[in-house]
Amino acid sequence: MSTDLTRLDVTGLRAALADGSTSAVEVTQAHLDAIAARDGALNSYLHVDGETALATAADVDRRRAAGEELGALAGVPVALKDVVVTDGVPTTSGSKILEGWRPPYDATVAERLKAAGTVLLGKTNMDEFAMGSSTENSAYGPTRNPWDHDRIPGGSSGGSSAAVAGFLAPWSIGTDTGGSIRQPAAVTGLVGHKPTYGSVSRYGLIAFSSSLDQAGPMTRTVADAALMHEVIGGYDHRDSTSIDAPAAPYVEAARQGATGDLSGVTVGVVRELGGDGHTDGYEPGVLAAFRAGVEQLRALGAEVREVSCPSFDLALAAYYLIAPSEASSNLSRFDGVRYGLRVGDDGSRDLDEVMAATRAQGFGPEVKRRIILGTYALSAGYYDAYYGQAQKVRTLIGGDFASAFADVDVLVSPTSPIVAFPIGQRVDDPLAMYAADLCTLPASLAGLPAISVPCGLSEGLPVGLQVMAPAMADDRCYRVAAALEAAQDAARGGRFLDQLAARS
Amino acid sequence: MSTDRLLEFDDVVARYEPVFGLETHVELGTASKMFCGCATTFGAEPNTQTCPVCLALPGALPVANATAIEDTIRIGLALGCRIATWSRFARKNYFYPDIPKGFQTSQYDEPLCTAGHLDVEVDGETYRVEIERVHLEEDTGKNLHVGGATGRIHGADHSLVDFNRAGIPLVEIVTRPVPGVGAKAPEVARAYVAELREILLALGVSEVRMEQGNLRCDVNTSLAPVGSLEWGTRTETKNVNSLRSVERSVRYEMRRQAALLDDGVRILQETRHFHEDTGSTSAGRSKEEATDYRYFPEPDLVPIAPDAAWVEQLRAALPELPAARRARLREEWGLSDTEMAWLVNADALGLVTDTVAAGADPADARKWWLGELSRRAKDDGVELAELAITPAQVAELCALVVAGTVNDQLARQVLDGVLAGEGSPQQVVDSRGLAVMGESDELGAAVDAAIAGAPEVVEKVRGGKVAALGALVGAVMKETRGKADAATVRRMLEERVLG
Repeated sequence: MSTDLTRLDVTGLRAALADGSTSAVEVTQAHLDAIAARDGALNSYLHVDGETALATAADVDRRRAAGEELGALAGVPVALKDVVVTDGVPTTSGSKILEGWRPPYDATVAERLKAAGTVLLGKTNMDEFAMGSSTENSAYGPTRNPWDHDRIPGGSSGGSSAAVAGFLAPWSIGTDTGGSIRQPAAVTGLVGHKPTYGSVSRYGLIAFSSSLDQAGPMTRTVADAALMHEVIGGYDHRDSTSIDAPAAPYVEAARQGATGDLSGVTVGVVRELGGDGHTDGYEPGVLAAFRAGVEQLRALGAEVREVSCPSFDLALAAYYLIAPSEASSNLSRFDGVRYGLRVGDDGSRDLDEVMAATRAQGFGPEVKRRIILGTYALSAGYYDAYYGQAQKVRTLIGGDFASAFADVDVLVSPTSPIVAFPIGQRVDDPLAMYAADLCTLPASLAGLPAISVPCGLSEGLPVGLQVMAPAMADDRCYRVAAALEAAQDAARGGRFLDQLAARS
Repeated sequence: MSTDRLLEFDDVVARYEPVFGLETHVELGTASKMFCGCATTFGAEPNTQTCPVCLALPGALPVANATAIEDTIRIGLALGCRIATWSRFARKNYFYPDIPKGFQTSQYDEPLCTAGHLDVEVDGETYRVEIERVHLEEDTGKNLHVGGATGRIHGADHSLVDFNRAGIPLVEIVTRPVPGVGAKAPEVARAYVAELREILLALGVSEVRMEQGNLRCDVNTSLAPVGSLEWGTRTETKNVNSLRSVERSVRYEMRRQAALLDDGVRILQETRHFHEDTGSTSAGRSKEEATDYRYFPEPDLVPIAPDAAWVEQLRAALPELPAARRARLREEWGLSDTEMAWLVNADALGLVTDTVAAGADPADARKWWLGELSRRAKDDGVELAELAITPAQVAELCALVVAGTVNDQLARQVLDGVLAGEGSPQQVVDSRGLAVMGESDELGAAVDAAIAGAPEVVEKVRGGKVAALGALVGAVMKETRGKADAATVRRMLEERVLG
């Protein structure tokens, strides 16, 4: 085999599968081989079932040979963040409390990918219950960044980012509550899109914060992200918050953007996210790459102006009240009664003691920290001051976005104020860790779509540029991101990840 | 079992003023559960009506049952409530094995219905019970404690949980405290639940079988010295599951609390268990320190904003409610208030209505259900409706009496046959040969035999004591085992004795 099948993006893989130059089994085997060879170092997967993957792939090949009708993604491998419930396949959400649990059903996202003919390679590592920005909070050990094994791959979808950037999967599903798709995509040189809240069904995603969680694509190209979004998105009657309305075609928007023409598009640069007077905590290299990216957008014909969203300064505080509050309730079901871990049920302890022991042993420190925070914030007498106030901030942030979008089509910012930091550097400083989400939180709190697309390197590490759009205008994210991607690829003479591939 | 000291009820109401209030939980009769598509059949094998949603498997999400929301609004309308234009579910957080999510999806400060009322009648007086709110939530699973003597968790070997009931739609109807009813408090409480039950039946939203737990009451009771401006500390008697028990639990708590107050003992704010066998209550959980349920709006469910026009459609389509129906029937049947009250108290209104609908005269239908059939139900210790006879069969029996096929005495024998499962009234008449005897040779022979068998009576009659003829009539009736018509027999006897 002359080409390394693991280096192809999904667009390339589909072409190769369609014209018969490769088979689903070959593609799957190539990825399984890569995982076997390199995931010992990365720890991006929690569970890989090669046998089932190869059987699924063989079935696709057989059906293709028989001339049967195939799903749009037939034979394309995929990796799922372990927060996505998969029928018969272990699902832990990165926690010991669910070790060994095999769900009896598929999440809607998993079901739709299955129906499209994808081959599930495995489940990827993550911060426990998606709480974290580094994947160091996984109960199953940290994942390493393919760009520098001593650094974090972002989080909480760090297994998904490392797998795709490390060529152990052509693409993956991540979930984003406060930035958990966008930030890991940014620090590993991927495209990551958090869809409009309600655009992708949450049915079967193990809930962290219900009003914020969204699943979305983590890919090597904007076109692949748009394609995956079209496959997993759309109304689902099993999710009451799912939006029952047609969306603009994402793939078409990405194709249009890739032509490199942004004339008529107005881009707002958010002052509060790395602009003048708001650069504290932002690395100069990150800001430089971001500003260069903005200049490229201008060169593509976009009208660029600065926009102020003053309430964004409150996003971090509001987020760290709302998300833990909802989490404290969402995680109550892990009581050792019906599934997962049960500790101390030896006849010597009563019910409360067994529940307490199970949760004490099953949850890691960050999860406990957030359950305690959330329990406190929802307590009688504190509710109005904390949860209630945070909801008001959320309204204010939505108002700032609405005013901004009256003047501009999209808003841009750095995706993360910093590049991937060394493993262990921030584990003892939760507040420093939380600051990694600074730029991604406003869109999360407002339920808006936001994409991260690579915009350069800082100290040899990837920097992401975030494009935010109004609700249900995910197509604008894809269009602008695809334009930037095309311009950068042209200037570089190759794909962003080729820079990493060239190193290994 | 109970060691509570109790004050005589008359003494209680002489010295104290009771206040009661009720929280009533009604399981709706929807085909599927509140937040998933699972069936709701009563009595199914444990854990066979479950799915990822009602077992709270990781990742599962609720979707609200539209029929349950509609039913709740209809209940609110029937109780004269204000229907919210914006309503939300909320999470009530606490840990217990029968509550799989670790929270109950309920409603908190944004219920579907508020500010209604229900008028109930006791001994000809009307009492207004104000309704605070009507909200929608989900039922819990059922814990089964295995081993141990009491079936309670204490002393049990282990416990099992059946999640079939988890997630069944539950409507909670909360009254405002009801003061000022004095000695009538127990009866007004009972009448409220009875009337509520009738309304729910009329709406068709629940089977309201109290014995199956379709309708469960928590009864709050407090006492304050007569003339006091402040109300006393209340207790909450949980899961009171029959109309009789509602009345008894209020009465018991009044007597128990009064004895304590007489001794200067403070009433503890606590939940209490009701014991059907003794009619007493016993201490449960203390509520002196309120549990913090950390309510917050349920983020997995979108708010409900009932459209005003739709609500008006529901209001217009409400069935005739029990109070209106009773007034109409009373008028149609020409009954007094008291007669109507008897019917209602005997739980016979529906049966009589159906019997009338099947063709019987209202007076006849009422006579049978309140008379002979009530006696038999009482003798057998069953509810009237549980007797093995249908309103249609009672109507058929009435028709047989009207046609003269049977008399009242024979009709009772026909009832014996119907209740014994021998078929319809006509079939029993045929198979048991119960039709009234006409002026036949057979009857003539019986008359002649009676005359021949009692010459001394015949002498008396002929001597002018016509009243003595009664003895001969009795003899003929006995001989014919009641099948003869007494008037016919008397006429034949007169003809033959006095000629």
